[in-house]
Amino acid sequence: MTTRFFVPRDAAARAVGADKVAIALREEAGRRGIEIEIVRTGSRGLFWLEPMVEVETPAGRIAFGPVAARDVPGLLAGGLPIGLRHPLCLGRPEDIPFLKRQTRITFARCGVVDPLSLADWRAQGGGRGLDRARSLGPAKTLAEVTRSGLRGRGGAGFPTGIKWQTVADASADRKYIVCNADEGDSGTFADRMLLEGDPFALIEGMAIAGFAVGAAKGFVYIRSEYPDAIRIFGRAVHLAEGDGLLGAGAGFDIEVRVGAGAYVCGEETALLESIEGRRGQVRAKPPLPAHRGLFGRPTIINNLVSLTTVPWILAEGAEAYASFGMGRSRGTMPIQLAGNIRQGGLFEAAFGVTLGELVDEIGGGTRSGRPVRAVQVGGPLGAYFPRALFDTPFDYEAFTARDGLIGHGGIVVFDDTVDMARQARFAMEFCAIESCGKCTPCRIGSTRGVETIDKIIRGERSAANLELVEDLCQTMKFGSLCALGGFTPYPVMSAIRHFPEDFLRSPVNVAAQ
Amino acid sequence: MSSRWNEAEATEIVRRHDVREGALLPILHDLQAAFGYVPEPAIPFLAHALNITRAEVHGVVSFYHDFRREPAGRHVLKLCRAEACQSMDGEALARRLLDRFVLDWGGTTPDGRVTIEATYCLGLCASAPSAMLDGEPMARLNDESIDEIAREVSR
Ligand SMILES: Cc1cc2nc3c(=O)[nH]c(=O)nc-3n(C[C@H](O)[C@H](O)[C@H](O)COP(=O)(O)O)c2cc1C
Ligand code: SF4
Ligand code: FES
Ligand code: FES
Repeated sequence: MTTRFFVPRDAAARAVGADKVAIALREEAGRRGIEIEIVRTGSRGLFWLEPMVEVETPAGRIAFGPVAARDVPGLLAGGLPIGLRHPLCLGRPEDIPFLKRQTRITFARCGVVDPLSLADWRAQGGGRGLDRARSLGPAKTLAEVTRSGLRGRGGAGFPTGIKWQTVADASADRKYIVCNADEGDSGTFADRMLLEGDPFALIEGMAIAGFAVGAAKGFVYIRSEYPDAIRIFGRAVHLAEGDGLLGAGAGFDIEVRVGAGAYVCGEETALLESIEGRRGQVRAKPPLPAHRGLFGRPTIINNLVSLTTVPWILAEGAEAYASFGMGRSRGTMPIQLAGNIRQGGLFEAAFGVTLGELVDEIGGGTRSGRPVRAVQVGGPLGAYFPRALFDTPFDYEAFTARDGLIGHGGIVVFDDTVDMARQARFAMEFCAIESCGKCTPCRIGSTRGVETIDKIIRGERSAANLELVEDLCQTMKFGSLCALGGFTPYPVMSAIRHFPEDFLRSPVNVAAQ
Repeated sequence: MSSRWNEAEATEIVRRHDVREGALLPILHDLQAAFGYVPEPAIPFLAHALNITRAEVHGVVSFYHDFRREPAGRHVLKLCRAEACQSMDGEALARRLLDRFVLDWGGTTPDGRVTIEATYCLGLCASAPSAMLDGEPMARLNDESIDEIAREVSR
C-alpha cells in the first residue's frame, strides 16, 4: 500500500530545506522498498516547525518537525507507520496548540491540499462560493459581501461591499477586478502563503467579484520578490483555464502582472499606473478607482486576503462570517507573527485577541530568549508598541485609538537589544528610498528626517533635534498625498513617545558605548 | 543569457506581448531575463516599438529598483534589510557577507562572480534573517550560511 507524505513547497519551507527533505524521503523510501507518494502542499504556517512533514495514517495525518534531510533515515528506520514516540513527532497537526487556537476560514485549505490539484480544492469545498453566487445572482451576491462586514485586509480597512457596490453601479464598456498582491510590508506573508498554498481560492474570489459587478477581466499584481508564488499562481491560472473555471465559458479571465521592486506600487493607484506600464506614481483622488481605475474604467482593487475570503462568505453565508469578531471588525484576520519570535507564523483568528496574547502566549516570546521590548504592528508604516500597550485588542478601531494601525496584520517582535532611534531612522530612510517623488514632504522630508535622527544618534543637541523631527512628522503627516509619506510618522513618533530614553543621548553617553 | 544587445531577440520579446495592454513592465522583465540587465539601446528601441517617448521609457526603467542598467554578476544574492530581518540581527549578518566579498550594497565582485543587492522583505519574516540566491529562498541564516553561500557562488 502506498503511504502519502505531505511536504510543503511554500517558499518559507523551501528556504529551510523542504526540497532536500522531499528528495531524502524519496531516496530513503526507495532504499527500503517502502512505497510512498509525496504531495507538495502549501504551509500550515507554523514556521518554527518547518520543514514540517505530515504522514497519512488510518487515524488521520501525523506531523513531524522540524525535519532536516539528515533526520529522514531515522524517521523511516522502523518502517511504517512511524512511531508516535519519535522525538520529532508533533502528533495530529490540528492538535498543535498554535493551530488549535485558530479559526481557519481564509486559510482553511492552506497547507492541507495540493495547491495545484483542482480535485483536492473541490473536495475541500472549493467552488461552492461561486456556485452559490451564480444561484443568487449579482445583486444578492453583493449584498452578502456587504452584510458579512468584510473590510479590506490590505491596510485601510475600507468596507469591501461598499467598494463593490460603487463599481456595480458604474456603467462602462468594461470593468476590471484587480488583486493587490504586492505585499510589501515587512512582517507579512499571508498573500504569499495563499498564492502558494491555495491559489484556486483567489481565482474563485475574483470570479465572484467579476460576477457581482459585471467585470470580465482580472489582473493579479504580484511582487517580484515572490518568484515561487508567481510560478505557482501562473500554473493555477493555466489549470483553471483548462478546467473552464476561467476563460470564455466562465466569462472571466485573469492575467498575472509582476511588480518590479517598488514598495509604493502597493498603493492602489500607483499599482494601476504600474499595470498600465508607467512609473508607479500615486494618482490624486478623486477620481476613485471604483469610478475611473485601470485604463480609465471602473475597477475593484482589493487585497488578496479580502478577495480570497469572499468564497467562504458566499459558501457559508454572511451571518456565519459576521458572527466572528468584535465591534466593527467582523470575521477573522490572518495575523502574521514575525521577527524575533519563538513561534512565528500565520495565526488566523477572530478579531479581538490582544497583542499580549499574540506575542507572549501564542508566539511564545522572543526567539533570542531575551525580554520583548517593542513590537511593530502593520508594516513599515505602523507604530511601535511597548509592553504597556499589550492589552490592545486586534481591531481596526482599537489600534487607531492608540495611534497605530493593524495594516495587513503583520507583527514584528524586537527584544531588548533594539535601539529605537535606529528603528525611527530606518522608517525615515525607507520612506526616502521608496517615495514615488510626487510630494515634497515625503521625498525631501524623509531625507531630512534621516539626517536629523543621525544627529540625535550621535548625541548632537538631542532635544532641539527631536523637536525638529516632530515638526517634520507633522509636515509629512498633513502634506503627503498617500500613506507612505503620511504614515511614516507613526513608527517614528511612536518610537519617540514610548521609548524616549533611546533618543536622549548625550555625546558622553555615545562615546562611552 | 548573454549580455550583448540583440535587436532580433528584443523584437521577438516585444512581439510576445503584442496582445497585452500596458506591456512595458512585462517586456522589461523579459529583456532583463534575456540580457541580464536593460541595455542602453533598449530605451530608444522600446520607445519606437511602443510608440512612447524615450523619456517615458527611461523614467520607467529608472523608477523601479529591479531594473539594472549594468550586467550583474553570475550569481545575484539579495539580502533582506527590512524590519523583521533587522530584529534578528540581519544587518550584522549582511555586513559580514559584504565584508567577505569586499563589496558594498549593489556591488559586483571584480571577477563577476556575485552581485549583492538589498531587498526589503521576501515574505520569509517568521524565519528571519533571510535572503534569496539566484531566485531561491534562504532563511534562518547564521554564520554557517555565510560559508554555504560562499561555496554556492564559487561554483
Ligand atoms: C505605500 C502604500 C503601500 C501599500 N501596499 C499595499 C500592499 O502591498 N497590499 C495591499 O493590499 N494594499 C496596500 N496598500 C493599500 C492599498 O492602497 C489599498 O488600500 C488596498 O489595496 C485596497 O484593498 P482592500 O480594500 O482589500 O484592503 C498600500 C498603501 C500604501 C499607501
Ligand atoms: S506621500 Fe510620498 S509616496 Fe505618497 S504620493 Fe506623495 S511622494 Fe508619492
Ligand atoms: S492611501 Fe489613501 S490617499 Fe494614499
Ligand atoms: S523582513 Fe526580511 S523577509 Fe520579511
